[in-house]
Amino acid sequence: MFDLTPAELEALHLSVKVGLVSMLASLPVGFALAYLLARRDFPGKSLVNGVVLLPLVLPPVVTGLILLMLFGSQGPLGKFFEQTFGITFAFRWTGAALAAAVMGLPLMVRAMRLSIEAVDKRLEFASRTLGAKRWWTFVTITLPLSLPGIMAGAILSFAKSFGEFGATITFVSNIPGETQTLPIAIYSILQTPGGDGPAWRLALVSVVVSMIAIVGAEWVERRIRTKPA
Amino acid sequence: MSFDIDISAKRGAFEIAATFRADPGITVLFGPSGAGKTSILDFIAGILTPTRGRIAVDGQVLFDSTARVNLPPERRRVGYIFQDARLFPHLSVRANLLYGYNLTPPGTRYAEPAHIVEVLGIAHLLKRAPLFLSGGEQQRVAIGRAILASPRLLLMDEPLASLDEARKLEILPYIERLRDELKIPILYVTHLASEVERLADVVVEVAAGRVTGQRRA
Repeated sequence: MFDLTPAELEALHLSVKVGLVSMLASLPVGFALAYLLARRDFPGKSLVNGVVLLPLVLPPVVTGLILLMLFGSQGPLGKFFEQTFGITFAFRWTGAALAAAVMGLPLMVRAMRLSIEAVDKRLEFASRTLGAKRWWTFVTITLPLSLPGIMAGAILSFAKSFGEFGATITFVSNIPGETQTLPIAIYSILQTPGGDGPAWRLALVSVVVSMIAIVGAEWVERRIRTKPA
Repeated sequence: MSFDIDISAKRGAFEIAATFRADPGITVLFGPSGAGKTSILDFIAGILTPTRGRIAVDGQVLFDSTARVNLPPERRRVGYIFQDARLFPHLSVRANLLYGYNLTPPGTRYAEPAHIVEVLGIAHLLKRAPLFLSGGEQQRVAIGRAILASPRLLLMDEPLASLDEARKLEILPYIERLRDELKIPILYVTHLASEVERLADVVVEVAAGRVTGQRRA
């Protein structure tokens, strides 16, 4: 309906892919961090909390630079992932997904942490006295009761990932078909003379995708809330 | 079945010491608010850990500081009915009732769902969500849920406290009927003399964290 050119379609496709992959990859990490921060006391807790929240406060360019230093082809973690798992981040869409995940993590962890903290511990005690082991209590009580927050965290992470610009372009540059996501494509078009027309079209596309994500999330959340078990 | 406790503990600046015995029937822990009655129940359930002492049900040790025994709550088979019903809000009444039942090995079950549901008069509530029950109904479901886990000892922490007068009168006969049917000790915490009078077989008096007396009612 928007009559997108193949290049524009590619940028849209890439943005959705980066958003979904970074959200899915962040889920286990984000939930584990949120659970630890909500329910456990350990040395260095405030440091962990600080590191997780840092990308929210830092200029995205700085986050991108740090990623370049750590996960670039010469970076220690970059080498490690290349040699151990065969995953390259530098100048690849995987790198865009990594940057998006790091930028989305603070939002995800925060939403999840709040919802885990809101689960009444006394319900967990009740479950234990009824014969449930710690992990079963977690699976049948804590997890389902914090599900709305987990959903919210996932949506926020996707939303952030879908629109991430600064850290992504710093870390993996602007390569059409590989790292040129929707916002970066819009930026590139704006750099060419007479580009503001096509730029508006792409901007409209982002609005539509974002709206679909938000409405879809609300729908899923309402289903979770009203579903009797 | 019988129950033995002899423990001491620190809760902040508060010292708790409890030594008593309970047989099948209702043993009321009676004392003013803040005397440490609920903490004693939490020690028995395994939610809190005493500093030293011993807790045993029917000869099985739940906690023993010298022998370094401290069973987790799920292995104690101690039922706990709280002041607030604490039903799981995301589960139906039926799923709440069966939560502990399903976790109990068939060989150790003595309570059957159909019978308990009938005794407590909650058959018409099974499909509902806990949120839509009255306080009295919630408490009846909570009682059923605890009993269906077939506990060897039942703890009741002011189960009527959050109910109005009419609801209390609605619940009391159920508690009496369970006392007569179940052959297990029931520890019942209250600060109301009226409940002592109506329910107690034995009264254990608690004041300022200590058991100060024990008598037959």
